[in-house]
Amino acid sequence: MLTTHALVLAIMLFCLGLVGLLSRRNILYMLLSLEIMLNAASLAFIAGGARWGQADGEVMFLFILTLAAAEVSVALGIVLQLSYRFQTLDADAFSEMKG
Amino acid sequence: MLRLLWLIPALPLAGFLVLALFGERFSRRQVTWVGCGSVGTAALITALVGAAFLRGFPDLPSYHQTLWNWIDTSGMTVGVSWYLDALSLLMVAVVTGIGFLIHLYSVEYMSGTGEAGVSAPAGREGEDHQGYSRFFAYMNLFVAAMLTLVLADNLLLLYLGWEGVGLCSYLLIGFWYREPEYGAAAQKAFIVTRIGDTAFAVGLFILFTQLKSLSIQQVQTLAADAWPVGSNVAIIVTVLFLAGAVGKSAQLPLQVWLPDAMAGPTPVSALIHAATMVTAGVYLIARMHQLFALAPPVLEAVAVIGLLTLLLAACSALVQRDIKRVLAYSTMSQIGYMFLALGVGSWSAALFHFLTHSCFKALLFLAAGSVIHSLGHEQDIFRMGGLRRRLPLTFWTFLLGAAAMSGVPFITSGFYSKDWILWAAWSSPLSHRWIWFGALLGTLLTGLYSFRLIFRVFFGEVRTSPSGEPGLAMRVPLVVLAFFAITVGFLELPRTLGDLPLFSRYLSHVLPAIETAPGMDESIEAREQIAVTFSALLGIGLAAVLFLPRANFADRLAGTSLGRMLVILWQGGWGFDRMYDGLIVQPWLHLTRESGEIIDRGYESLAVAAEYFHVSLSRTQTGHVRWYAATVAVGALVLLGLFAM
Repeated sequence: MLTTHALVLAIMLFCLGLVGLLSRRNILYMLLSLEIMLNAASLAFIAGGARWGQADGEVMFLFILTLAAAEVSVALGIVLQLSYRFQTLDADAFSEMKG
Repeated sequence: MLRLLWLIPALPLAGFLVLALFGERFSRRQVTWVGCGSVGTAALITALVGAAFLRGFPDLPSYHQTLWNWIDTSGMTVGVSWYLDALSLLMVAVVTGIGFLIHLYSVEYMSGTGEAGVSAPAGREGEDHQGYSRFFAYMNLFVAAMLTLVLADNLLLLYLGWEGVGLCSYLLIGFWYREPEYGAAAQKAFIVTRIGDTAFAVGLFILFTQLKSLSIQQVQTLAADAWPVGSNVAIIVTVLFLAGAVGKSAQLPLQVWLPDAMAGPTPVSALIHAATMVTAGVYLIARMHQLFALAPPVLEAVAVIGLLTLLLAACSALVQRDIKRVLAYSTMSQIGYMFLALGVGSWSAALFHFLTHSCFKALLFLAAGSVIHSLGHEQDIFRMGGLRRRLPLTFWTFLLGAAAMSGVPFITSGFYSKDWILWAAWSSPLSHRWIWFGALLGTLLTGLYSFRLIFRVFFGEVRTSPSGEPGLAMRVPLVVLAFFAITVGFLELPRTLGDLPLFSRYLSHVLPAIETAPGMDESIEAREQIAVTFSALLGIGLAAVLFLPRANFADRLAGTSLGRMLVILWQGGWGFDRMYDGLIVQPWLHLTRESGEIIDRGYESLAVAAEYFHVSLSRTQTGHVRWYAATVAVGALVLLGLFAM
């Protein structure tokens, strides 16, 4: 029962994060949504690890934690550069890479 | 001595390699020594090998020598191996002997300026020298390829020589490659003969799949055991072989390349016509005679093709203006006689005519070359005349050659060989009476066109004054060939005239004689011979009436409307060129020259499709991060959906 609840919560969090990522324009909010999705994934791993009594879930969570930290440090650097260059945080304004 | 056999094809090949690699650095004298010497030594070795072979002859009818294995895969072993028997010895003797005389003649003929004004102008000696060594390199390769062809023990090696001969004809016909029309003539010869070669190759494939062997001797005994007379496989294979032979020997319907092949230097024409290329088809049919004997309809087709070519070419030879084209058409006509003899099963007669023809045709070409040389490259017989007193040696040798070709009775070789063929056409059970009549008409035409040349070129008033007789290197081959053009005929005297069948006895170990039809005794043969003699002499007499300069019958005949039409038709070789041009060449050029070429269109649509996909895919690169995220999400959902199912 506990596992199911935890997984339902994880799915809800993930969907919220995804919707936020797709609907937000502000790049900082998009990063926040991304963090939420990562956390939802971590929750699912923890729940799985607890359900089968294996340490793998916690190990994966540690990985995701480090990944998230690394991602945020790089992403915040990019965000700083972008706001410096374009004087805005609107993600749609940064479409220089279009084909 | 027999073990030296491999040297015969190897020496000219070595000569070619040396000249091709170092010819530029050699002096003219060195090039001459290598070019002539290799073929001369090959001729000498042929004499030694031939003497050794003939000493043990009737007991050892063949000699076989394997050098190394060329191809050895499952089920197929092909060696570089030579096979010497009476037939190949005859061919080798002609190729090396006459080849050497032609080489010797070329030493002088090709020195100095070239024939068609394409030679190097003054101050560009190096290029002229390059042409000289290039000429001898090609000629040596030509002889080497022909020797490979005639000595080959298996059909694959024979095919190697066969293709080598084709390549060399291309190189030599287009020798003066700076003239576009000469290059076109070379291409024409190459492409037209290639049609026959392809058929020949297909025939080889079929033969190999059926019999699992390529050895010439083996194939024929296997085929005789496996296939009944007139079986479909035998007919298909021999038809394909015949197509190859027809292409190389310039017979109908692939004869169109030969008159244009006159673009090459005159010694090349002599080599192609007398010793090498055009005789390859005759050799092939004679070599594979057991196979052809299994297909009587094809044999009959050989005779009919020979007869048609003989008559059509003789008519064309009557009206040509270019001295070399007359000789080219006469070669087609004489090879037609050989095909006729092969077709009626008289193999030995065909080869006897091959032997005599090689002598007198080489002589005629070399004498014509001497005329052309001394007139400053004039080839139009209407601008020649009266050379009888100015060039006596050339005149007499040319006269002997023309007499041999038209078969002047009793003294010339051409009489004996042609008479044998006509007698075979009369007496062979494979023949028909009308074939004999056609061939008889051919003898008349031969006399007519050969002596037309004599009367136009050597009689009457002088139109272009000659620069004098040729030097020693050109005179020696002329005299030697003139000697042979008269004497080789005495190798085979018919029953009625001495009965000395040396030649047929010599070849009887390789080529069986077809029994004559019943009731063909000597009195019939004598009557038939009188007809042939009369016809040949009538042709010469008619030529005297028509073409002696004082009589202008020929001009009057050509002036009538029918005459004019015939002259135009015959000058163009019966319109075969125009027919092929209209049926094949022009449609093909049309197809390739149009901007929307068919094959190009396929590739163009491929390029258009690639560009379309490129544009539509590059549109997805919007630069919007959320769009990328959305596509990733949708893609993940689709994948999940796929795996969930």
